[in-house]
Amino acid sequence: MSDDTRITRREFLKSGALVTGGLVIACHVPALGPAWGAEPAAFVPNAFLRLAADSTITVIVGKSEMGQGIFTALAMLVAEELDCDWSHVRVEAAPVAPVYNHTAFGVQVTGGSSSVWSEWDRLSAAGAAARYMLIQAAAKGWKVRPEACHTENGVVIGPGGRRAAYAALLAAAAQIPVPKEVKLKDASQRRLVGKPQHRLDSPAKIAGTALFGIDVQAPGMLTAVIVRPPAFGATLKSFDATKARALPGVRQIVAIPAGVAVVADTFWQAKTARDKLEAIWQDGAGAALSTPALLAEYARLAATPGLVARREGDAEAALAGATRVLRAEYDVPFLSHSPMEPLNCLVDLRPDRCLIRTGSQFQTVDRNAAAKAAGLKPDQVTLETTLLGGGFGRRANPASDFVVEAVQVAREVKQPVKVVWTRDDDIRGGFYRPMWYDSIRAGLSDGKLTAWKHTIVGQSIIAGTVFEPALVKNGIDDTSVEGAADLPYRVENLLVDLHTTQSPVPTLWWRSVGHSHTAFVVESFLDEVAQALGKDPYRYRQELLTAHPRQLGVLNAAARMADWGKPLPAGHGRGIAVHESFKSFVAQVAEVSLDETGALKVHRVCCAIDCGRIVNPDIIAAQMESGIAFGLSAALYGALTLKNGRIEQSNFDNYPVLRLDAMPKVEVEIVKSDEKPGGVGETAVPPIAPAVANALFAVTGARVRSLPLTPKRIAAARGKA
Amino acid sequence: MTKFQVNGKPYQVDASPDTPLLWVLRDHLKLTGTKFGCGEGLCGACTVLIDGAVQRSCSVALSEVQNRRVTTIEGIPASHPVKRSWLAEEVSQCGYCQPGQVVAAVALLNETPQPTDSQIDQAMAGNLCRCGTYQRIKKAIHAAAGKGTKGTKGVKGGHKS
Repeated sequence: MSDDTRITRREFLKSGALVTGGLVIACHVPALGPAWGAEPAAFVPNAFLRLAADSTITVIVGKSEMGQGIFTALAMLVAEELDCDWSHVRVEAAPVAPVYNHTAFGVQVTGGSSSVWSEWDRLSAAGAAARYMLIQAAAKGWKVRPEACHTENGVVIGPGGRRAAYAALLAAAAQIPVPKEVKLKDASQRRLVGKPQHRLDSPAKIAGTALFGIDVQAPGMLTAVIVRPPAFGATLKSFDATKARALPGVRQIVAIPAGVAVVADTFWQAKTARDKLEAIWQDGAGAALSTPALLAEYARLAATPGLVARREGDAEAALAGATRVLRAEYDVPFLSHSPMEPLNCLVDLRPDRCLIRTGSQFQTVDRNAAAKAAGLKPDQVTLETTLLGGGFGRRANPASDFVVEAVQVAREVKQPVKVVWTRDDDIRGGFYRPMWYDSIRAGLSDGKLTAWKHTIVGQSIIAGTVFEPALVKNGIDDTSVEGAADLPYRVENLLVDLHTTQSPVPTLWWRSVGHSHTAFVVESFLDEVAQALGKDPYRYRQELLTAHPRQLGVLNAAARMADWGKPLPAGHGRGIAVHESFKSFVAQVAEVSLDETGALKVHRVCCAIDCGRIVNPDIIAAQMESGIAFGLSAALYGALTLKNGRIEQSNFDNYPVLRLDAMPKVEVEIVKSDEKPGGVGETAVPPIAPAVANALFAVTGARVRSLPLTPKRIAAARGKA
Repeated sequence: MTKFQVNGKPYQVDASPDTPLLWVLRDHLKLTGTKFGCGEGLCGACTVLIDGAVQRSCSVALSEVQNRRVTTIEGIPASHPVKRSWLAEEVSQCGYCQPGQVVAAVALLNETPQPTDSQIDQAMAGNLCRCGTYQRIKKAIHAAAGKGTKGTKGVKGGHKS
């Protein structure tokens, strides 16, 4: 590490310790200073906190801010226990260091909607320890018992009305031994947590001064764009750069493992030169890929038994003996994350060190991959995390694609270089939400659901990555079956099986991962079952969820908010869906109609979430709005299709996403809960597609089982209905 | 050499005349508040005002701004009702599209001080947000409209140097 670790003074807080409200903790984490130096008079009680003489309180956050509000939420946890003035709090992105590793996942990563539940205890304790030390320091100065002192909004108050601002106690507090145990506030004492607070990252974002990866500069920096293979699996045969090299500002055009890098003084020069580059490619394994052929292959597999992910009772026998069997086939396409900020990565590579500045969700993995690509040791690589202009999983890639290729360019360029992706590069560049095909059966006898058999076909996200040994069990990638294998509905005979396919198309977790597809299938088909039994879809869910109070709680809340059962304007219909993901429970009721072109219009979404104990209700509401909008983009428009191994889409004209005029009115209710905190960032995505598809059925009597729900598919389904 | 004003300051830029204004702002003038999103005028992340009118700076060549006045997100004062209501309504999430959204909203309110929902839909549908902040954008525009758009005069015509 750099010499900034000199402020390492002592040990404190061991990670992974359990803290319950008000309970004593004893945990241990080596304290580590921020990579970019503390002010001389600062008090740095641990790796997460720095108090400065100018009264600013800096929380050092090891999670990436990509819109989900984590800088604010985690700072609130620290500030609550520190009992400081919220207006003095600011946030700094942490360097890459083991102390910032995920408390459950063991590497530095932001993902799985896990930041609040995984950091609540550790960061609360970090704030509480600092507060303890400030009280001790004040008491010592006043020669009074610490027990006679308390704190209020950044001030220690002692007997006789003595007052000392935290900023006046820094040097003295730094001399106090770090406590082995701290007591956290009772929930009733909380001032910040559980109440809406303004986001700390908003002012810079509105000013236009917020620094995203694409904005970073370095002295002498060049910009590179890369020509990547046009088809998955294709390799470079040769290239002619004669015309491109002759253009102004072009510095270098060079083959790298990822393709051909065009390096120039500015982006536009590099992009213009790239357009003139003539590259010849050798098609590879993916050249024959096409979406219709893939679908046919998946359908063929779905008719055969897969690896069993869940078995209860005997679904096959129950289906054979059922009075009636419902059958349906569902499919969803490949999807691109398409964050608004195209991928980018700045690399300043020197013989003995490397500085990387980018918006990463996966710091340990990216840093280590960069070191390997640079021929350096991991501790010779510094990775500075900027703000992320959207992540959605794309910037947490086990393959570290956008970081590794930037290092490959830097090795050739011998100068700081920023690789910038265009929108085309992003949409065609792989690492998609997998395409899925689902074959599903329900056995109905005596007005009851007796069997449920769900066969899933698609690529594994985890297979082939370093996470395979830990996350793929007996051939089952849990992310392929999550949301399906854990079906909450009461059914005696249940079988969920999986065919994992192989393909040269690289796949990746996409906001809500497996749930993004399983919720659509399960919640749509459950409506089909209700319809077949002549039951109301909401009441039928209630019947089957009696053993699941949290699903039931959000289901009832969403139905109440939406006035379920009350008449709607002619041509409007409601659909309901409920889904558990990332330790939280979300139900949504969508109200839709069809416009004159036969396209869906989503008017209103009532959304109820139970995510346990909460930090910032306004951020939770924002994430519900966000997940609904993101999920609607996929439900209404999103599809990547393959032809000759090439992705046919390239930009927002042929890969449309939700626009403002299509945004429904979203109402959010947070169900009061004292359960452990759950996830928020991804959990609103899964229910929206089935809620809309179910509402479409309510309006038209037509069931569309493929996403997106295009006018063409709706018309076709209505023709059949 | 192209001469033009950005946020009231005069600039002379020596770059290929076909260079999009977006990249002149970002790479030459280091005004990085204006964002690159699609390069084809499809997403609005690069929205600026040119002589007070909304433009996608990725689709305007440097040669087209000769002697014209450009306003970017950096040129809209923090006290502007739009910026203030954006903060009050907690619009931002990742924030990447928000400079374009704010500039587009400023232009809308300059033209239509009290826009209806459908006028907002029409004016803002070209500005994409993957975080789905649309509901709050609408609310923030109504809130800013309610406060009037005094103080936007300088923005409308570009800043005087």
